[in-house]
Amino acid sequence: MDHHLLSIITFMPSFAALILAIFLRGNDVAAARNAKWLALITTTVTFLISLFILFDFDPSNTGFQFVDEAEWLMGLKYRLGVDGISILFVMLTTFIMPLVIAASWKVETRVKEYMIAFLLLETLMLGVFMALDLVLFYLFFEAGLIPMFLIIGIWGGANRIYASFKFFLYTFLGSVLMLVAIVMMYAEAGTTCIGGCEVSLLTHTFASDTFSVAGITVVGGLQTMMFLAFFASFAVKMPMWPVHTWLPDAHVQAPTAGSVVLAAILLKMGGYGFLRFSVPMFPIGSEVMAPLVLWLSVIAIVYTSLVALVQADMKKLIAYSSVAHMGFVTMGIFTFNQQGLDGAIFQMISHGFISAALFLCVGVIYDRMHTREIDAYGGLVNRMPAYALVFMFFTMANVGLPGTSGFVGEFLTLIAIFQVNTWVAVVATSGVIFSAAYALWLYRRVVLGDLIKESLRTITDMTRRERWIFAPLVAMTLLLGIYPALVLDIIGPSVTALVASYDTALEAVDAAVQTTSK
Amino acid sequence: MISADLNVILPEIVLSLFAILALLLAVYTTKDATAGLMVWATSGVMVLLAIWIGMTGGGATRIAFNGLFIEDGFARFAKVTVLLSAAAVLIMSEAYMKKRGLLRFEYPMLVALSVVGMMMMVSAGDLMTLYMGLELQSLALYVIASLRRDSVKSTEAGLKYFVLGALSSGLLLYGVSLVYGYAGTTQFTGVMSVAKTGETSIGLLFGIVFIISGLAFKVSAVPFHMWTPDVYEGAPTPVTAFFATAPKVAAMALFARVLHDAFGNAIPDWSQIVALLSVLSMFLGAIAAIGQTNIKRLMAYSSIAHMGYALIGLAAGTQLGIKAMLVYLAIYVTMNIGTFAFILSMEKDGQPVTDISALNMYSKRAPGKALAMLVLLFSLAGVPPMLGFFAKFGVWQAGVDAGLIWLVTASAIASAIGAYYYLRIVFLMYFGAENDDRLDDGKSGLLSTFLFASAVIMVVGIVNTFGVEGAAISAAATLVN
Repeated sequence: MDHHLLSIITFMPSFAALILAIFLRGNDVAAARNAKWLALITTTVTFLISLFILFDFDPSNTGFQFVDEAEWLMGLKYRLGVDGISILFVMLTTFIMPLVIAASWKVETRVKEYMIAFLLLETLMLGVFMALDLVLFYLFFEAGLIPMFLIIGIWGGANRIYASFKFFLYTFLGSVLMLVAIVMMYAEAGTTCIGGCEVSLLTHTFASDTFSVAGITVVGGLQTMMFLAFFASFAVKMPMWPVHTWLPDAHVQAPTAGSVVLAAILLKMGGYGFLRFSVPMFPIGSEVMAPLVLWLSVIAIVYTSLVALVQADMKKLIAYSSVAHMGFVTMGIFTFNQQGLDGAIFQMISHGFISAALFLCVGVIYDRMHTREIDAYGGLVNRMPAYALVFMFFTMANVGLPGTSGFVGEFLTLIAIFQVNTWVAVVATSGVIFSAAYALWLYRRVVLGDLIKESLRTITDMTRRERWIFAPLVAMTLLLGIYPALVLDIIGPSVTALVASYDTALEAVDAAVQTTSK
Repeated sequence: MISADLNVILPEIVLSLFAILALLLAVYTTKDATAGLMVWATSGVMVLLAIWIGMTGGGATRIAFNGLFIEDGFARFAKVTVLLSAAAVLIMSEAYMKKRGLLRFEYPMLVALSVVGMMMMVSAGDLMTLYMGLELQSLALYVIASLRRDSVKSTEAGLKYFVLGALSSGLLLYGVSLVYGYAGTTQFTGVMSVAKTGETSIGLLFGIVFIISGLAFKVSAVPFHMWTPDVYEGAPTPVTAFFATAPKVAAMALFARVLHDAFGNAIPDWSQIVALLSVLSMFLGAIAAIGQTNIKRLMAYSSIAHMGYALIGLAAGTQLGIKAMLVYLAIYVTMNIGTFAFILSMEKDGQPVTDISALNMYSKRAPGKALAMLVLLFSLAGVPPMLGFFAKFGVWQAGVDAGLIWLVTASAIASAIGAYYYLRIVFLMYFGAENDDRLDDGKSGLLSTFLFASAVIMVVGIVNTFGVEGAAISAAATLVN
């Protein structure tokens, strides 16, 4: 393939941002409208181009496709490409961004800067999922913090300063540890190429001989150390319990569009990181740490579901529910079998649609009432039937009702974990019940009942713009729920290859252990 | 051959002659009235010299005065960086100093003379040349630190700098004499053949430690950093900008020169000391800056931390390490010139402002400049995709390569802590509280040019490093072999 489609879709949004920054003058209504339209058109065109990539994509090829390569500084390479695992995240990003821009139509303060921040963010998020060079990946991964920091800090809620700092420093600390591991990998393997080069990290076997540091025996040796360094970053990004505390703050304070991007795409970077780096590159380290990850996931599922029950703020509730759902993802990944990985990826894609929709649902009533307190609402169904329907649909999807995409992911990961660790499976399944409890209770308190609050008497139903934003999300959630093969066919071969390479690595180590013990 | 020797040091001779003649001219004519012109002339000469040094040489190593003076790729890299940054700072300071009546004709001359000292430092091939260059540089710096004669803070800064500087010179000299006593020579090549790992005598080791202490003072590495915040705060801002750039490069280059050229066979002996200096500097720089509200003090701690990162490259003791250190210094200087161009333009009712609270919601009033500062601050914090990240990446790579994983991990943590105070300025500029305490609209196109150029380099540099990296590689190759 000798075209640069991936580079084009990656840098088109930032090109539009550059145009906005340089050529758009003034602060009047016309300028704001132009900024919005340019952002909307750019993100839509980006989505359309990415559809071409999806149609041209060959799922049976487990290697990287559409590879775009160029020389870069310091002996590094600029390399982009997609495989079965990453392509859907690329699609998710390009799909969500136009909706996010459309959902921000009512932003009035510093519209130009707002659109620039989101456009740059799209470039960086796409880069994360496409980068085939470790340092390039890190570059996109980290740089995404800057626009998000500004989005929360400038357009956020009352307590935005605290939230933005917490968000930035938490993730930055996690990431610098990963950077140390990246530098070590470079020293060890002599390359930063992720896959598809003559020497690439995915095929390199990192040392896994057990050694001791300061009296502590490290089983799995270097691989475990590097796994932990990557884990520090991805666990924060994911976020996993107990390093999830930045997420509720960030979500609550971020503007609606910021929450949507955060929940739908940024959280997926952690899971993607596990799939792209931790599991294939450090199989031994992953195997050693898997029990820890599984139990942390289960704690996340149960604990954050319980915490979600008592939240008084809608966004916070959904944020905690996100943590619980991400627990299913990490649990699925660390079962290391086909269903688990399929389920984890499916869960991430589906959560991308559902959580985006839920935050948009909160945004709809927040735009009208300017409060996210659950107690301030009640009986909305009387004035907003269409809204009640949409909110109901996504509440059910969030619970994992069969027929919606939420079901498939949870079901697959639960099947997978049951084969690996029954106890974890039993505890995790209870999380499904809790999720039904908090989601339905939220719905009851906000939408059902009589409309007794005076302030809600004049609330209006969704506008046409809002309906159009929800339509594609509803469609995707239903489509994937009814016909999950759409996703599974694309990711299947790549996941099979991943599982196979993981098993081979473990067998190689077992064989080596047996020969030495004989 | 004396003429060949003189040929080697021609750039230094030209700059010294220029400084002396300009001094005579100014004394016999109009004194301060020509100072503005002198500033431009001096920086012009410096830029020309930088171009000359950069163009000539062709990678050859030339030795003059029986090994007292070495002109190699490494020296040329450091000299070009020093000359260009000194020229940039001089140009930036003209308007500021004129406005405040500080533009005396001595100022450009002293800067020129200190640059001559720096050029000698980086070319030193003998402990005597080293000391001479260092003192020439330092004496000029002591004077310009107290340029504002009627200000208590400025004179205090100069005096403090002088007393502590003299102390460090004493330490250095003591180390030099120990090395001379035990090695029997002051020439680097001679010391090199005596100081070998495993057979270094204890006296020589003491000598190394004292020399390192003296040099650590000059690069303001912890625990020899105490003078830095006070001097940065007290000195007039253009002088602070100068302190933060050229002398740091020269001192780091000298540091590398001594350790590799004279003690290159005893790397394990000094590498751990440098690593310790590095880790202390990074943490103190990161933590102590958190509470600062004066942007000049903050930049002082920032420079301490940055020297800590650059020292990782030195501690690695490898060619890769020196390359990473040189790239780090080049990037650091570029960032600092931009940042100080901004600090110089911070004023209210014509008075300079250094309190960071004055930057509240600056982005609303001057979005362009605020954006440029945002880029620079994130670059200083080492957040990708700015060039500052690649500076850190380079030294970390060298550190891991040399097996200093603990140092790299520590510096990773320090950089996350340090990110906080850079972010705080971003926070003030972008989401601070609205207040009436606003800065004047800086009309200085010159300062803005430097600010924007520096910010643009931080972004564009990730695509192309303008040959700096290649030059650093060949420079490192000439030093370490």
